[in-house]
Parts: sequence; structure tokens; C-alpha cells
Amino acid sequence: MNRSIRRLGLVIVVCYLALFAQLNWVQIYNADELNAHPANNRQIQREFNRPRGAIVTADAQVIAESVPVEGAAFDWERRYPHPELFAHTTGWFAFNLGSFGLERTYSAELAGDTFDQQIRNLRDILVAGDNVGDLHLSLRMDLQEVARDALGDREGSVVALDPRTGELLAFWSYPSYDPNLLSTLDLAAADAAWVDLNSAPGNPLRANQYRENYFPGSTFKVVTAGAGLAAGTVTVEEPAYPVERSWTPPMTTFPISNFGGSQCGGTLVPIMAVSCNTAFARMGVETVGPELMISGSEAWGFNDAPPIDLPEPGRSEFPTEFEQDLPRLAQASIGQNDVRATPLQMALVAGAVANDGRMMVPTVVSEIRDRRASVVQRTEPQVWHRPLAPDAAAQLRASMVAVVESGTATSLATPGVEVGAKTGTAQLGTDPPRSHTWMIAFAGPPGDPQVALAVVVLNQPGDVAGATGGAVAGPVARQVMDAALAVQADRPPPTGADEAEDTAPQDPPTTAPTDVPTTDPPVTTVTTSPPTTPAPAPDPTDPPPTEPSPTTDPPTPPTDAPPPPEAAAPARSVAEPRRRHLALPGHRASGR
Amino acid sequence: MRRRNTELGLLVLVVCITAGAYVLATLGLDSEIPVDIGPFLLVVCGLLLFANLITRRTAPQGDPILLPVAGLLNGIGYVMIARIDQDLAALQAVWSLIGLAAFAATLAVVRHTRDLAAYRWTIGLVGLALIALPFTPFGQEINGARIWVQIGPVNFQPGEFAKLALACFFAAYLVEKRELLALGSWGIGRLRIPDPKHLGPVLVAWGVSLAVMAYQTDLGSALLFFTLFLVMLWVATQRASYLVVGFTLFALGSYAAWTQFGHIRQRLRIWLDPWADVQDEGFQIAQAAFAMADGGLTGTGLGLSGRVAIPFAETDFIFAVIAQELGLAGAAVVLMSYVLLVGSGLRVAIRAADPFDKLLATGLSTLLGVQAFVIIAGVTRLLPLTGITLPFVSYGGSSLISNYILIALLLRISDENAPERLAAKTTAREVAP
Repeated sequence: MNRSIRRLGLVIVVCYLALFAQLNWVQIYNADELNAHPANNRQIQREFNRPRGAIVTADAQVIAESVPVEGAAFDWERRYPHPELFAHTTGWFAFNLGSFGLERTYSAELAGDTFDQQIRNLRDILVAGDNVGDLHLSLRMDLQEVARDALGDREGSVVALDPRTGELLAFWSYPSYDPNLLSTLDLAAADAAWVDLNSAPGNPLRANQYRENYFPGSTFKVVTAGAGLAAGTVTVEEPAYPVERSWTPPMTTFPISNFGGSQCGGTLVPIMAVSCNTAFARMGVETVGPELMISGSEAWGFNDAPPIDLPEPGRSEFPTEFEQDLPRLAQASIGQNDVRATPLQMALVAGAVANDGRMMVPTVVSEIRDRRASVVQRTEPQVWHRPLAPDAAAQLRASMVAVVESGTATSLATPGVEVGAKTGTAQLGTDPPRSHTWMIAFAGPPGDPQVALAVVVLNQPGDVAGATGGAVAGPVARQVMDAALAVQADRPPPTGADEAEDTAPQDPPTTAPTDVPTTDPPVTTVTTSPPTTPAPAPDPTDPPPTEPSPTTDPPTPPTDAPPPPEAAAPARSVAEPRRRHLALPGHRASGR
Repeated sequence: MRRRNTELGLLVLVVCITAGAYVLATLGLDSEIPVDIGPFLLVVCGLLLFANLITRRTAPQGDPILLPVAGLLNGIGYVMIARIDQDLAALQAVWSLIGLAAFAATLAVVRHTRDLAAYRWTIGLVGLALIALPFTPFGQEINGARIWVQIGPVNFQPGEFAKLALACFFAAYLVEKRELLALGSWGIGRLRIPDPKHLGPVLVAWGVSLAVMAYQTDLGSALLFFTLFLVMLWVATQRASYLVVGFTLFALGSYAAWTQFGHIRQRLRIWLDPWADVQDEGFQIAQAAFAMADGGLTGTGLGLSGRVAIPFAETDFIFAVIAQELGLAGAAVVLMSYVLLVGSGLRVAIRAADPFDKLLATGLSTLLGVQAFVIIAGVTRLLPLTGITLPFVSYGGSSLISNYILIALLLRISDENAPERLAAKTTAREVAP
């Protein structure tokens, strides 16, 4: 019988070899095809059955978190505690509807899937805790609320940023939406909400503040002037444009006329102050010319989309072909015709003027931290464009300051604060008359602009006299600017960070909401306020908190840094030693 | 005692692997060291050391490989079940305990294999009765197969025990009749078939069990029994004609089943194209394929594959979960473990002097090897899926207990036929007359 038994053994071995071969086929050779099979939702299943990190504002408000749920199709549900307020930033994380916003751009970091995070997890293998990453934003809830309340239920956008770093401070667009409706595990309800939101008026899902572009109107004159300054053909001294009511460009009989039929002209500062259409049309056509207007506007980020850390940013556009069509160039030079800009882009324009001609890469996320609050990744400020040399930027700043001092934006004037601005009113039609009303601005202690912003209020009805950028967008800009200045005054100036490292009081770390010590960098504080208390939104009617200061150097005591969870109290002292800023706003020549 | 020391060493290794896997799986699931690792280690160590003590006392010359490999598979299975469902894992721990108790009891009660041969008719009838039991009022239909029996609080699958009884009966019966069966009175050419009257009881047992299986819709068990009989017949008679006739019968039976039973047509349809209806009919097979593909070469890591989406992952499809979390490498370890078990069992058969022992060891090894092959082949879509447990790994009390008894029987045969004992027997015989 032994021979049969040996043969039996052989047959069984062959059977198991066949199994092994089949396994090789399933697990190796055919694996890619199986992994890509449309019915295979294992990857997304896995993502929905594990937690993701939280998204936290600079004033320690959680705006996205994973909540464990029982009895649902998945173990975790994504929730947004302040849904409408930050929907365009957080985006959504939904099973059938994909993801958007930070949930998309930082998906791997939130889930803890990056190489760095995996390595950390190896190190932490014997320590309890997930390796999810928490996103800490530069956006602040208090500013966001000011922006929302100031805009009210008018369609439009508010973008405020730190011109020195590109960090966004407020990022609001109305209408907004509730991302909880999309991330719910009730998938049928999510699908229904998706249909509703896609047909909702104002396209709330779109995140218009950085994805939609509009006629920028007269705010674009800053770019026209910038192109001239960069080319060297325009300075504050010359040329001086003729004082006139209207100007007819070559090759046409349609004149370009000034606002309200008024008469204006002169050099850069006075024509900017009153937003003189004829002078800027002449500047584009006669002084700069088509080629330099195209390359010049592209140096300001037009015909491109800013490399923001959010998905699918919108392009801003300037015509690239005039084919001797000088009337079109004349209109483009004053922000009409085919010029289009996103609200974010115009805030970047104001920021570049403020920041010595350096346009920073806009960012939402400042830091990614693990669950023990140590920093996994920090966003370093980066320059996106350098449209202007510092001295040319100073001249452009002076012209925008004149807009506030004696021009179309006097409502922004603030004692002790240097404010520069430009209004814009892009007419959409005359029957009935409707306009997009704009305001772009920068502000800060003299010589130290700390805030840049853009406000657009869309589709404002009214005649030419009523619905101007100064009248409609101006008050919104005013409230956001004041609130942002109050916040920025508490933050360390970027260049002061290194000194702050040495002088920061080494207080014991306070208890963070995550109940773990903040280890890197040493975040210290002098307050013991409960971490959940939001900073009170500054009353927009209050006088600006920054003291009038004749010096150009801002005070550099260790002050506040944006992201630590306990940073909600009004009086704080936090050192942030690793932060490096490329901009050096504290060293400008005084007397400007 | 050298063999028992080898066994002890291997068992310690098994404890280390199981405990390590348990810690890793819990870390993967909860990022925490399991709180019950102390008691867990104690129980696993205690159980396997207890088993080693039993073999030392009752089967000192038994094969040292069988128990550790069975323990390893049981350990891997437990870790996987704990990863799928904690409550089932607690029950599986109890089943493992009872299984090892049954292992000890078998070795204690069956002191000589000839006892089994002596009671062959009783054992054969018990086997048939066990198969028929689900059709009595005690029977229960669970998940579309009437293979369960509930007597009082005890709920079990009698088929798992019937296979052992029938293997014993066939070994004894074939040893008695094998010369007649091998003779072959009529046939065509080289194909020689014995007189049907000698084959009668075998055919009856085979036919009855197959018929019962078909009506219980337990295809896996039917296939297992069928293969067991064929292999034992072939090994006993050395006649390949039985294999030829057997497979012809099998082909005819399969065709008949295909025409008669909707559920068999469905099984074949799913096997040929599970992608046609991925969300319904083909869901289980497709999810298993996705899971295994996800595992790749080295697997996702224990406890790291996310929620298990395969229906019946803890029983029929546990191999897919192993292949996902441990990858091709881990799955190959499981395959090799079965080859090692079957190989050890067949080695016991080859070394056995007594024909009954030889045949019984062959049958038992075949049971193990074929059962594991049938379910793994089904899960990996090498063959149509036939629901059956993966020995020692799947969740389930009946399966675990019966397979521990199977291992105990192999150890008994191995001990009985150890060279030392055979030498002693021969000496005794020479002295006696």
C-alpha cells in the first residue's frame, strides 16, 4: 500500500501547489486589476472606517472632526461644527461624492498616510494614539464671523491675508453651504443634498472666493500702474496725464469717460486717488503698450491660478492678444472688457503692493500636528511672484494711500494706521443698472502693512452714484480690516520671531484640548483661559487697537502665534521660533 | 521522550507566534497592547503544555509534528476570529479548550487502534446515524444547509464527527475485504471491477452519504466523503480502476446534480463569472478576491485591513482574511502547515505495520488535506465554492473538536507503530511461544 500512499502524498502536494499558483495569480499578477475593479470600494471603505484628523482654526476652534458612530455603515462620520462658516475651506468628505477643500488637498495628512507620519507611527508603536494629522489653519473664526456678518446676505466674497506670509486670515463667500449634508453616512440624503446644492442660487458649492472670477473694475488699475512702474515708464513724477472728461482711444469713436462725467488727470498719485479712467486708459495704451501690459499683468499672477493649498483654484485672466485692438487694451487697462480676477487674486495684488512687491503664495494650513501636538509639517512662506522692485512698490503704496487719504476710499481712513486701498465698480449693465463693487486694501502700522484684503459684493443694483465700491464694499472692508488689524497686532511680526525665541518666557505648557504636551516648538502662554472660549470678535466700531506709532519698527515682544489650541484667549504670549519669513516689513525706510 | 521534547519545543514556538500575532492584531485594531495579554498567554501556554503532558503520558512515541502544527493553525485562526468578532473569539477559546479535552480523552480512551477495528460495524452505523441526524426533529437549517442538530443546549454539526466514524469503518471494512476487492472478476481490458457483492456495503455507505449530502445541500462535505472513499479504496486495493470508475461516477453525479439542483447551477455560475452580479450572487467571491488582492505579497498587516466586508469571513472565508492581512507570504505558511500535517499523517501511515492502521492514517490525513484544499480552492476560485470549514482555523466547535480527535487518532497510530514499540512487540512474540 505504501506506493499508493506515496502517490497520494504527491497528488496532495500537487493540489496545494495549484492553490499556491492560484494565490499568486490573485494576490500578485491580477492584483492591480482587482484593486482597480469598479466594484472594489475597499480603499474608500477603509478611509471611512478610520478616523481623520481635525481641522482647527488659529483661534482654536475645531471646524472639522471625525466622530465615531454606532450602527451605521461605517465606523466614523465626518462632522463640521461650524458648517457654513468654513465650508469653502474644509470642503467635504463624502462616500459617494468624493471630497473637496482641505479634505481633498490634505487627505493623506489627515488620514496619517504620509511617509513622515508612517515613520512616526513606527516610532510610536508602543504608545497609544492614532497617527492622524490635525490641520492647524491661519484662518480665524472670529475674523471669519466678522466677514460673514459684514457681508450679510449679499452675494460676494471677503479675502483677508497677511501680506508678509501669504497666510489667509479670513476667507468667506456668500452663499455658503452645510458640508454635513454631504458627509452624512445617510448616503441617500447626501445624494439628495448634492442635487439641491448644485442647483442652489449663487452656486454655494463653488467656493467663489478663490474659484470664480469677476470683472475687477477699477481695482485693476493697481495692476496697470504696477506694469508701468515695473517697466520704468511710470513713476510718481511722470508722466502727467491731461485733465479731461473723456478720451477716445485710437481706432475707435467710442470714448472712455470718467466717473460721473467728471474731469481728472495728472500723475500717478492723484489719478489713483480719484480712479481716473482716462488717465489709466492712456497709461495702458500710450505709456505701457500691449506687450508690457500682457507680461506685466502676468507678473501679477494673471492668466494663472494661485498655488493655494486648496483644490482647483480659479484663474484670473487678462487678454493675451490685442491684434492692434487698442480700444480693447484701453478698456482692459481699467479692468473692463475681458479682464477677470478672483477675489483671492485681488487680495494678493493688494498684498504684493504692501509687501515690497513680493506676492506670497497664499496658504490656509499653517501646521500639521500629530495627536501629541508635535508638529509634523510646517508651512513656510514662499514668494509666488515678484512683480515690483521695493522702491516701485513704495510708489504704488503711496498712490493707494492717497486713495484713502483723499480719494474714493476715505471711509477706510484710520488714525495711526497706514491704509492703502483701491475701489472698483464693474458695471454689468444699465437696464437695470447693476455692478460688482470692489474694495482692495492693505493696512498696518505706518511702514508695516499687516493685513491685505479684497472685498467684492456682487450684482449691486443702483445707479452709478449709489453702488460704488467705496459705498458698498467699503464698509465691509472696514469691519474686516479693523478686526484683522486687532488680531495681527497680537501676533509676532515675522522678523521678530528669532528674537522671540530667546526672550519667550518658559512657562509650563498649558493644557491643550488634546491633553498632551505641546513639544515642538515650545509653545508657552501666560494665560489660563479655558481653551474652548473663543476670542471675542472685535467690535468693528471700536477704535483700532493698534497705538499710533511714529516709528517704523513694530514692538517685538513675544506675542501670539496663530495655531496653538489654547490660543483663544485675548492676551497671549507665544513664541514660534521656527517660523521664517521672507518678507522684512520692519526695515522699511521711514518718512514714506 | 525525545519526541515529546521536540513537540514541547515546537509548542513553545507556537505560543510565541500566536501571542505575537495577537498583540500585533490588537495593536493594528486599537493601537493598544491588548489588556488581556497576560491571561491570554497563560491560557494558550496552559492548553498546549497540558496537551504535551497528555501525549507524554499516553502516546510518548507519537509523531512530534502533528500537535504543534494543529496548534499553530488553531492560534492563527483564533487571532483572525478575534480580529473579526471579539464575541466569537471568546467562544472559539472555549471550543479550543473542549477540543484539547477531546484530544486528551481520545488518547486516554483509545489505547489501541485494534479497538476501533473491533467495533467497526458499530462505528459505521454511528457514522450513518450522525449523517442522518439533521433530518430528525433535532435537525436545524442554518444558512440554507440542514447540517445542524440541536439536542438540549448543545448545537453541533454531526457531519464533522461522522467523517471520522466513516473513515474508521471503511478502514476496517476494506482491510478485511481488500484482497477480494483487488481481485477483479470482470471488466474491460486492464480495467478490472470486482464483484459487486463485495463492494455492496461500500457502495451503500457511499450512496447514502452522498444522497443525504445532496439533500442537505452540503456540497463540501459530500465532496469530502466521496474523495475519502475513493482514496481509501484505491490505497487498499492498489487498483487505479477504482479511481477511473469513481471519477466517472463523480462526473455523472455532478451532471445530474447540475440538472436537478438550482443551487448547484448557481454555484457553477458564480464560479465561472462572479463579476456578472458582483453586488448579489458574486458578492462573497468578489469581496474575497478584492481582499486577497489588497493583501498582495506581504499583506496589510494584522488588524490593519479595515472592516472585514466578506460574508462568513470567520468560517468559510477566513482564509481570504488571512491572505489579506498576512499576504501571500502568510497564506503560503498556512498552505505549508496543511502540507506538513498531511505529510506527517501519511508518514505515520507508511510506517504503520498493521494494514488497518495504515489505511486509517491514510484516510484521516486525506480528510484533513482534502477539506482544507476544497475550501481554500473555493475561496480562491480554483474550484467552485463548497461551504466547509478550514480545519483548525475556521470558527466552529464541531469542526475544531472533531479535528483534534483526528489528530489524537493519528498520534495513537503513530505511537502504536513507533519502531521502539514494534521492536518490543516482535521480541515479545518471539519469546512467547
